[in-house]
Amino acid sequence: MTMQTTALAPAERAIRVLGGDLTERSLRQYLEGLSGVDAVGLEQRAASLATRSIKTGSKAWALDRIIELIDLTTLEGADTPGKVRSLVAKALHPDAGDPTTPRVAAVCVYGDMVPVAVEALGAAHGDPDDGLVSVAAVATAFPSGRASLAVKLADTRDAVAAGADEIDMVIDRGAFLAGNYGTVFEQIVAVKDACRRPDGSSASLKVILETGELNTYDNVRRASWLSILAGGDFIKTSTGKVTPAATLPVTLLMLEAVRDWHRLTGEHVGVKPAGGIRTSKDAVRYLVTVAETVGEQWLQPHLFRFGASSLLNDVLLQRQKLRTGHYSGPDYVTID
Amino acid sequence: MKDIEITGRGFLDYAPAPESTAILHLQDSYGLFIDGEFVDGSGGSFATVSPATEKRIAEIAIASEADVDLAVAAARRAHTRTWSKMSGSDRGKYLFRIARLVQERARELAVAESLDNGKPIKESRDTDVPLVAAWFFYYAGWADKLDYAGLGANPRSLGVAAQVIPWNFPLLMLAWKIAPALAAGNTVVLKPAETTPLTALLFAEILQQADLPAGVVNIVTGAGETGAALVRHPDVDKVAFTGSTSVGREIAKAVAGTHKKVTLELGGKAANIVFDDAPIDQAVEGIVNGIFFNQGHVCCAGSRLLVQESIHDEVVDRLKQRLTTLRLGDPLDKNTDIGAINSKEQLDRIRSLSDLGEQEGAERWSAPCEIPENGFWFAPTIFTGVSTSSTIAREEIFGPVLSVLTFRTPAEAIAKANNTPYGLSAGIWSDKGSKILAVADRLRAGVIWANTFNRFDPASPFGGYKESGYGREGGRHGLGAYLAAGGSSSERSERVETKGDNK
Repeated sequence: MTMQTTALAPAERAIRVLGGDLTERSLRQYLEGLSGVDAVGLEQRAASLATRSIKTGSKAWALDRIIELIDLTTLEGADTPGKVRSLVAKALHPDAGDPTTPRVAAVCVYGDMVPVAVEALGAAHGDPDDGLVSVAAVATAFPSGRASLAVKLADTRDAVAAGADEIDMVIDRGAFLAGNYGTVFEQIVAVKDACRRPDGSSASLKVILETGELNTYDNVRRASWLSILAGGDFIKTSTGKVTPAATLPVTLLMLEAVRDWHRLTGEHVGVKPAGGIRTSKDAVRYLVTVAETVGEQWLQPHLFRFGASSLLNDVLLQRQKLRTGHYSGPDYVTID
Repeated sequence: MKDIEITGRGFLDYAPAPESTAILHLQDSYGLFIDGEFVDGSGGSFATVSPATEKRIAEIAIASEADVDLAVAAARRAHTRTWSKMSGSDRGKYLFRIARLVQERARELAVAESLDNGKPIKESRDTDVPLVAAWFFYYAGWADKLDYAGLGANPRSLGVAAQVIPWNFPLLMLAWKIAPALAAGNTVVLKPAETTPLTALLFAEILQQADLPAGVVNIVTGAGETGAALVRHPDVDKVAFTGSTSVGREIAKAVAGTHKKVTLELGGKAANIVFDDAPIDQAVEGIVNGIFFNQGHVCCAGSRLLVQESIHDEVVDRLKQRLTTLRLGDPLDKNTDIGAINSKEQLDRIRSLSDLGEQEGAERWSAPCEIPENGFWFAPTIFTGVSTSSTIAREEIFGPVLSVLTFRTPAEAIAKANNTPYGLSAGIWSDKGSKILAVADRLRAGVIWANTFNRFDPASPFGGYKESGYGREGGRHGLGAYLAAGGSSSERSERVETKGDNK
């Protein structure tokens, strides 16, 4: 098969691991050579991590950290500048009644809303490590990814030019499932390139695998490695538009890929479960899974994020409960 | 990105989350459970202690030979007058009732088990007690279907069963023994292990709650002498024992030449075979679960890791990394993974065998855990560079100690796996189904797990080859061990048969 020997874009990570003659064939061989995943065992491990009991001081720490790791998201056709401004206000002051509440890591919006978000953030726009809030934009014909590469790249450049700090791209699941790993790889490499700014810096790239469409854990493992090899800064489970979105076993599997990449190269890649994480209890299970799989140094905004919208309010209610000793209700937190 | 500081254990140092003991209403002292009542023993008493703190939990009576006599007599009466005459569906009702009561009192039983045995509450809560209920539910369903147990129509109960159980899964082993015995129409005298009598005594309370006819189940506590008196008792028809191979041998000798039927579930030195095409992350989990579940106090523990030489270093590396996340400590803390060693005696044995492993040239690595000041503890330990001739590769350690050996080909894996006097269980890890089946076919072990380990189900028979014992527990086979074919039952149970009169 001639296509198989086609040289692929010389992505730096892939060359380091696979060697100089990077081709569709060598990439495929590498991905197919990854150890298989036993579904029963993976789900059992995730279930056992979910039984950890996080109480008192650990819980208080976890709740604050969850907030600091949230990409507060609105991704609707009905999004308006007003809605985005309201989201930004919530991101900056999640709990109006408690100024000690930390800010979220980022707001996540469609590309055309980036200028609105940037403007609304004003001086608070920046790196979450400095207590500021980043702007993440979904791009590359989100959520389906069904558009030409040229359109995807234009979508990406647009968002970066408008001030997005992070790009959440989708992979071409059709190409992946058809076995055209090279196509998926090249697109990620190209989008990564489109994340570059004129000053040489680069927006951080999150690669959405849409694990609900990949269907098998073996596929998720391959897609994770493919995305890392192509240069993704983060691997992200889902768009939130497909069911199932993030699950604990899938996230655990992706964390294992990131952990193994770190073992292999010493490099840190982030993980972002997105969609379907609505309660504090659920989110705490993810923190436990991160801490016990890759280590707790991963629990920082450049290495772990929650893509969520309703999660924040549940965390705020839990936080209020810890402080006051009793539960309030949904009217004691703002809707966005 | 900020420089990543590895700040040691921050979040991972989870705040204590102890299960409350307030749910327990323990007596200060417990007598023997004979003929439906708690009675004083005449052999003195001993204290049962929590192995995690060495604190006394309760005073337990010692059954003398005379007490054992009373218990066997009560069981005989109950068999003759009540239990063997009751319809299977009625016996089933009692068993269903017991199962539901176990579920109702699950938390209490789990707390008591962890307190007395030292196992982590997450295991007693999520494994032991749910399986106990499952065992009673399963055999409750069999009670009125004995015609299908494989012995032909109208199989008969054997009579009085003497059951002696170990300390590693006190309540679960009780369920494995009592549920099939009662379903089949036998009555029981059971002796729990000396170090873990507590849940058996709580179970006696459950039997009272369930209104089980007096004498159907009798529980006598004590040490080896009580057990010996029980299995040697001439009016016992069936002996069921789970424990060490040496005691099993004594029992086999003691009952040889008598009419007693015997099942023995003894030691093991299971091979856990990891091929180079294994799902590696799940295999590592399976290795951990295979040997560190219940502190390795598991007769079917995967204590010999046979790993394909080509992936040895990687597997050991990943294993060590994984072991650093295990939490050793208070068995009642919901986040504890490794509890206390059950007794000082067992701890000494684990220590001396581990020291011997080192002396024989194997390389020892232990997970870095803080060992509590009081109680009996042993950090999860791996020995690499172990050869087939090493003592730690041959003798059952019955503790959290893994011996790692390598192999090159499936044939060598099979040969090494079978090269043991035991044959209770084995594990195979491979993504290739045909390989799993081919290897499983040639392993001489009673239970073989593929891509998993230490999974139990009441429908699945369990038991060993060679020095791991004989007979099967669980499933239809387990039921058969408590039945005789119609017409050829023991003389004693025939004595109570009255069906002939109706013909």
